[in-house]
Amino acid sequence: MKVWQCVVCGFIYDETKGMPEEGIKPGTKWADIPGNWACPDCGVAKADFEMIEV
Amino acid sequence: MDMDNKGIVVLGSGLAGYSVVRELRKLDRDIPVTLVTRDSGDYYSKPMISNALAQGKDAAGLVLTRAAEMAAQLGIQLLVETEVHAIDRANKKLDTTSGELEYDRLVIALGADPIRIPVQGDAADAVLSVNDIADYARFRGLLGSKASIAIMGGGLIGCEFANDLAAAGHAVSVIDPGPWPIASLMPEQAGRELLAPLAALGVDWRFGTSVSRVDRAASGYLLTLADGAKLQADLVLSAVGLRPRIALAQQAGLAVNRGIVVDAHLRSSDAAIFALGDCAEIGGKVQPFVLPIMHAARALAKTLAGEETPVLFPAMPVVVKTPAHPVAVLPVARDAVGTWQLRANSDGVKMEFIDAEQRMCGFVLTGRYAAERNEMSKQVGQRALPL
Repeated sequence: MKVWQCVVCGFIYDETKGMPEEGIKPGTKWADIPGNWACPDCGVAKADFEMIEV
Repeated sequence: MDMDNKGIVVLGSGLAGYSVVRELRKLDRDIPVTLVTRDSGDYYSKPMISNALAQGKDAAGLVLTRAAEMAAQLGIQLLVETEVHAIDRANKKLDTTSGELEYDRLVIALGADPIRIPVQGDAADAVLSVNDIADYARFRGLLGSKASIAIMGGGLIGCEFANDLAAAGHAVSVIDPGPWPIASLMPEQAGRELLAPLAALGVDWRFGTSVSRVDRAASGYLLTLADGAKLQADLVLSAVGLRPRIALAQQAGLAVNRGIVVDAHLRSSDAAIFALGDCAEIGGKVQPFVLPIMHAARALAKTLAGEETPVLFPAMPVVVKTPAHPVAVLPVARDAVGTWQLRANSDGVKMEFIDAEQRMCGFVLTGRYAAERNEMSKQVGQRALPL
């Protein structure tokens, strides 16, 4: 399980925790997050921003 | 290098400068790009500064990518710690502390300076502003573990710092001449929602007054407020707003107003010079937030790559990072005609701004409603805002 960070606003996505409030189950890998998902903090689309491995 | 292709020069290594280069490189790896910055050139995310304590990070920890690595990744020439003295538009040349630099096209992404409100007192010059990572390093160097902080300004940045510092155990006072938190973006009922959750962390709110004097005390500083009240604080942080950096553009004779005046293509009054980010006034508006920068960066990258592309701004909610009571707001213009209507209010508020045609054109979501921002934006976002 990895942790990713939005390089634009700093939002953290932790694969272990997922994002239940957005319908993303705990344990969901970054690669399995839908392409139309947007960063919940800055709204930048998954396809349009880069996550870095923390 | 081809004599006819001196390439693109970008001024500024903040979110705007680096984002436009990153977006450009997705479209074109070959155009020569030089980025000039007076800073170190390290890449960091500015919005993280006011949440660094909660993330367990110091200034160095906020750096996501070192300057040299940015230059290598993006395939650019990076001139760090370099000030630009002047733009010679006739010869398309820059006079910098690292020498002369020619450009075909110039992108100004210099950001904004913190506004400083004049105060009296023998420690007036001890008032700090945190506008970049170097400022933050200085601030953290002065921040003792038990330090109390007085924050001038209860706007977005002031509230974010108040939350971050108070949650880390610091005593925090917020002094603002306005009537409630983030009053420039939020109606009263929504703004007041922040009061109790931050007060529960220990934030001492002082609205309707301002700091008149800052004097040295036996330990720290003594603040005198306009209403006569006195406050003791170990550090004083000013967060009263930003002023676009327009001096360089103005000296070069470019059209400026509050910011550097650019059209929907981010083009200034000189066809070879563009501007975006906190220094730019796009379609009459300065929008110093992350989302407008990202939309502008993508559009400008396309234009620079050869496909003229105007920026179209969808609904862009502003997220206020106050974990004690999260907020997302889609602000409305100061002169917008309509009314704020309350839709829900348990553990936060959900308010919509309804215009004369009964359309929702703004919203405020606080507390548990903040998570609905993307859904709400879609309802508004069907209509791109005219430029």
